[in-house]
Amino acid sequence: MINNVYQLVGTKTLVVKFEDISLTQQVVVRPDFMAICHADQRYYLGMRSPDVLRKKLPMAPVHEACGTVVADPTGTFNIGDRVVMIPNVSGDVSSGLFENYAPGSAFLSSGHDGFMREFVSLPPDRVVGCGDIDPVVAAITEFVSVAAHAVCRFESLAHSNRNRIAIIGDGSMAYVVACMLRETFPSTEIVVLGHNPLKLALFTFVDKALLSSDIPEGFSFDHGFECVGSEGSASAIETLIERINPQGCIMLLGVSEQPVPVNTRMVLEKGLTMVGCSRSGRADFERAVELMSRKIVQRRLREIIFLDDAVHSVSDIKRVFANDLLTPFKTVFEWRI
Amino acid sequence: MIFGAILAGGTGTRMDLENLPKQFLPLGEKPILIHTLEKFCLCTQLDAIYVGAHGDWVNHTQDLIENHGLSGYDIHVVAGGDSRNQTIINILEAIEADHGASDEHIVVTHDSVRPFVKLSIIEANIAAAKAHPACDTVIPATDTIVRSDETGEFISEIPTRDRMYQGQTPQSFKISLFKQIYSDMDEQTRSVLTDACKVFVEAGYPVHLVAGDVTNIKLTTIMDYKIAQAMIESRVIDQ
Repeated sequence: MINNVYQLVGTKTLVVKFEDISLTQQVVVRPDFMAICHADQRYYLGMRSPDVLRKKLPMAPVHEACGTVVADPTGTFNIGDRVVMIPNVSGDVSSGLFENYAPGSAFLSSGHDGFMREFVSLPPDRVVGCGDIDPVVAAITEFVSVAAHAVCRFESLAHSNRNRIAIIGDGSMAYVVACMLRETFPSTEIVVLGHNPLKLALFTFVDKALLSSDIPEGFSFDHGFECVGSEGSASAIETLIERINPQGCIMLLGVSEQPVPVNTRMVLEKGLTMVGCSRSGRADFERAVELMSRKIVQRRLREIIFLDDAVHSVSDIKRVFANDLLTPFKTVFEWRI
Repeated sequence: MIFGAILAGGTGTRMDLENLPKQFLPLGEKPILIHTLEKFCLCTQLDAIYVGAHGDWVNHTQDLIENHGLSGYDIHVVAGGDSRNQTIINILEAIEADHGASDEHIVVTHDSVRPFVKLSIIEANIAAAKAHPACDTVIPATDTIVRSDETGEFISEIPTRDRMYQGQTPQSFKISLFKQIYSDMDEQTRSVLTDACKVFVEAGYPVHLVAGDVTNIKLTTIMDYKIAQAMIESRVIDQ
């Protein structure tokens, strides 16, 4: 079958590539709803280095999407099953590494075609059923799975004194991490520190949402999650190191294109653990779907989603990328191309 | 019920490549017809798919369907007729033989040699055929359309372009209505109606327009075939 693939070939420039895909080998999913990630936006706007753009493009953007199974010769799914797709291509996990860090792992929408296609053909282990989760919310499952991955690693690495956890950041990732922590550690005090009072106002389900400029004297916490990235990484990490209690665990989720200075003297003095988290694997998707099946989680996640108009054409794709720049959190759209 | 009807009755004379009808020519890894059929197989709104093949090629078509792993889909091969509309009639009779007659039955007819059709266009056809007697897939005309006089040597009219469209397929309609109109026509009228939607238009029924796509090209000539090959020959970037 001839499949339409919507590839980014340069800054704000998309072309349709046609590829022949088989209906007899893998699960074929028709994307229903998609979400735009900062990484997609950086590629779309050409805000990566020329070397990176040369290496990664052309490729179809988007790695957050849910869809419907339209063919499955493997017999794993039924036609019509609603699913989410895993963009991570697993590396060699024989040594016990997580699939997203294992040598040889790859990622769809980073040098490989992402989900902006008429149909996506995947091995059955890259597809996870999402049942009756609202598809608008299910579209951001990959994003939620990254938070689930960080929380999973936190659970296994951080010491058990978890009375208070701080999250630095007031964006989408901070919000989703807060959701995951709220569900995973219901009795832990969760405090969010951010810059934007309008964004912080949405964090109604945490114990405190504080402006970074209003942190009380002597305020401290047992562990922290950095969800800022970019130019804000340095000050976020500085705050975490300064305020965290000894032997605390700092989970790093924010992406920075530039090297970030770290106060290693205090890291050493406090005996801190800093853990980098990137992407996710199948187990994280399954955990995300499990948590998102809870109505309260779906409702919370829905609050940060701007549902743009459906996409029927390449010009619509350009419209959602432009609108995403104006939305404070996540942009989701129906894929009707 | 909703049925797909792939019109594959052509004998390929215009392409003039040996004796192989053009729908059986390879495009990438498989014949053009199989690409088209596969897209229809993924339309979950269709209850069954019928292929109208030239009588000499019925067995070949059935073999291709089996060899390309499509046996699991509800696909029926029907011998086509002498004309496009007769092939459609043969398919409609096969549908009624298998599923009975109903005013609710809808058929989505499509050229087998338009393998680049998108599922969204098929679905838009189904929605339009439910709401209207018939629908036609079209794209806006980009070239100026010129009508000649009877001699064919001079312009008689240059119609306003913004109301000119190029017809594609699918063409979709209510089966019972098409059969009724077609059966009421005399042979002379039938012989000049080469298009299903024209049957409805001539009988005074509204035919809704569905937006097609410039990539939904019909592979009629050698040039079309070469363009189609070029369209799918771009390599996957991670290989």
